[in-house]
Amino acid sequence: MNTVVWIVLPYLCLAVFVGGHIWRWRHDQFGWTTHTSQLLENRILRLGSPLFHLGAFGVIGGHAMGLLVPASLTAALGIPEHLYHLVAVWAGTVTGVMLIVGLVLLIARRLVNGRVRRKTTSMDKVLYASLAVMVGLGMAATVVVNLFGPGYDYRETIAVWFRSVFWLSPRSDLMIDAPLVYQLHAIGGFLFLALWPFTRLVHVWSAPLAYLWRPYVVYRTRRGPVPTPQPSPATVREATRR
Amino acid sequence: MRIRAQVAMVMNLDKCIGCHTCSVTCKQTWTNREGTEYVWFNNVETKPGIGYPKHYEDQDRWHGGWQLDRKGRLTLRSGGRVKRLTRIFSNPDLPSIDDYYEPATFDKDILVGAPAGLNDTPVKRPHSALTGEPMTVEWGANWEDSLGGAHERADQDPNITGMPPEAAAKVKFEFEKTFMFHLPRICEHCLNPACVSACPSGAMYKREEDGIVLVDQNKCRGWRMCVSACPYKKVYVNHATGKAEKCTFCFPRIEAGQPTICSETCVGRLRYLGIVFYDEDAVLAAASVKDERDLLDAQRDVFLDPHDPVVRQAALDAGMPEEWVEAARLSPVWRLISEYRIALPLHPEYRTLPMVWYVPPLSPVLDATGAAGRDDTDADDVFHTIRDLRIPVEYLAELFTAGDADAAAGVLMKLAAMRSYMRARTLDGTFAQELLEGIGMTGEQVEAMYRLLAIAKYDERYVIPTAYTKDAAALEAQATASDGCSLDCEGGPGMGGSDGIKAVTERFHLVEDGGDGGDTVHVGRRELVTRRPDGRMGLTIDPTRERS
Repeated sequence: MNTVVWIVLPYLCLAVFVGGHIWRWRHDQFGWTTHTSQLLENRILRLGSPLFHLGAFGVIGGHAMGLLVPASLTAALGIPEHLYHLVAVWAGTVTGVMLIVGLVLLIARRLVNGRVRRKTTSMDKVLYASLAVMVGLGMAATVVVNLFGPGYDYRETIAVWFRSVFWLSPRSDLMIDAPLVYQLHAIGGFLFLALWPFTRLVHVWSAPLAYLWRPYVVYRTRRGPVPTPQPSPATVREATRR
Repeated sequence: MRIRAQVAMVMNLDKCIGCHTCSVTCKQTWTNREGTEYVWFNNVETKPGIGYPKHYEDQDRWHGGWQLDRKGRLTLRSGGRVKRLTRIFSNPDLPSIDDYYEPATFDKDILVGAPAGLNDTPVKRPHSALTGEPMTVEWGANWEDSLGGAHERADQDPNITGMPPEAAAKVKFEFEKTFMFHLPRICEHCLNPACVSACPSGAMYKREEDGIVLVDQNKCRGWRMCVSACPYKKVYVNHATGKAEKCTFCFPRIEAGQPTICSETCVGRLRYLGIVFYDEDAVLAAASVKDERDLLDAQRDVFLDPHDPVVRQAALDAGMPEEWVEAARLSPVWRLISEYRIALPLHPEYRTLPMVWYVPPLSPVLDATGAAGRDDTDADDVFHTIRDLRIPVEYLAELFTAGDADAAAGVLMKLAAMRSYMRARTLDGTFAQELLEGIGMTGEQVEAMYRLLAIAKYDERYVIPTAYTKDAAALEAQATASDGCSLDCEGGPGMGGSDGIKAVTERFHLVEDGGDGGDTVHVGRRELVTRRPDGRMGLTIDPTRERS
């Protein structure tokens, strides 16, 4: 059971994540889009979308910091454990709240506004639901366990397990004693990665940073075969007169 | 000098009767699909009026086009690159669907299924094409047709609010004093396109060979910056596919030497198509001219004279075939813009160097001449009226010459002189030399201009060389490898591919039955697996699948 959940599942999800993106890129670049609905509804989006995205940047950055940076490294840099914890919890809470408010607004506009509701696909619904579950679990872990609760040092267990997955020597033993909410959040995270390539989230990889450097006007040569010249009406008239 | 060719258009507004045939045929060809109900690549506006989308010319509100920054450098009005990227999550300048209009459809079943012998006539009611709910139609792409509602709204026309106050004060939209004309609009296929420059993903491009501006549907990521950057609001969001779409200049027809569908079907024969040569290296300088009123001449100077042997040789050296050089020489667009100098660009002050130009309408001036108690057939009287009239000359100047009323009046004088010259020549057999001196043209030129404007033979209106390629061999290889067009994807503008026929927009039955399928028409439904234009099979990821 432990092997399945903490070793097989992560690798399966990562495989789907990578394979799914390759497949989507090769077969569905036409569907590779943010799928903007700002045209249909702007009042709620104007607030919700920036909140959600900026919150998401913070949360992703926080995850990278917590999961990828070993505790030994911060210790070597002379950052006290308490300070790290304080920053992690409070920054996590603030960006998490931004993310939640943004997400609630974005979901609300899809429910309230009939125009956007009609344009919401079932994949969107799955995406919004799983985002809500993931954010809920993550906030529970940060706020309930770490801010008001006894606290849990995920850097010694979950983070090590997470890195071990990528070092190809997964250590499932580290996850067994983690609190349930952390376990669920970790499983959910990998499942979320597996869902990623099939949703509009693919637009993340198209973040247009290259725009900052490229020349303003883009020129391209024409592609495709040279068409057969069509006779003008006068020529047709001439031809049919005979 | 880097010479390039551009397919350009001129519209003779005097001949536009506002029949909307161009709009309808364009819509049938390109935008009769779900997601593009509100999209008109070609629309015909009545001026004065606030236009489609509402107030699109008000750049203080939409921040479209270019402007000069404090150091005199050309920048997008919506800000620099970094500033615009920070607004990617919510574009503050994007028009909402209500700025265009809420598309409506009708429950035609009510009429078809009405039982015999009813006392009351059954009435089909409008339903929103976005929500399916019953709605009240309150706006449309040509809501202001022939000044409909002008007494309420026309004074909000940005071209009027932009006029000098004393001229604007004279504008009284009382019925007996109105003047109007129709303004057909398509994408301008600008030399300095703001939409292309604003596209974060580089999906929009200008074609090197003919200057047509297109959106690569496979590369567009739906950042919607092009929509707000275009000052003419001629790039649209397809809300079903989440991608930007725009007028394609009917490039498959142009490539085959045929006029665009709007030109082909134009009842008034008012559209002219041809190529112009221009110097790409001169574009930036021309767009950066300090005084807005110098922009018109700066834009004219970008064009190269196709009769000049140096230019012709440069074109050949750049790889253009003889046919193109010859077409440039015969181009009606070149003649109207540069030789007769009677065509003017729409809003040169946007600094995009638009490539659809307009011969301004003389008719509203003649109406005003008559209303002022003068003789609208007498060139002298018309000249005086043109000079005296603040309106509509000032108004035309706002549209076509960045407010330079003298430049607009000069064009109207040429048109008036041409009419008088031809009238004298036809009715009296006399040659009114004094008219020619006033406008600095020869008799042959005026007669040729008259023939081009009034007779407007098909082969003279449209001089379009067929597409070429610099590397014919590579192209042949491509042709055998794939005959797909980049727009031929499901839901894309080309709508080709394996199930092109099914991509029909409008459903006949608005209200669906419980789901037994008996009464429900499933048009536009796609299979789970489809063959893509490249021949591979793949799962259809289709945002519209749910609702068919």
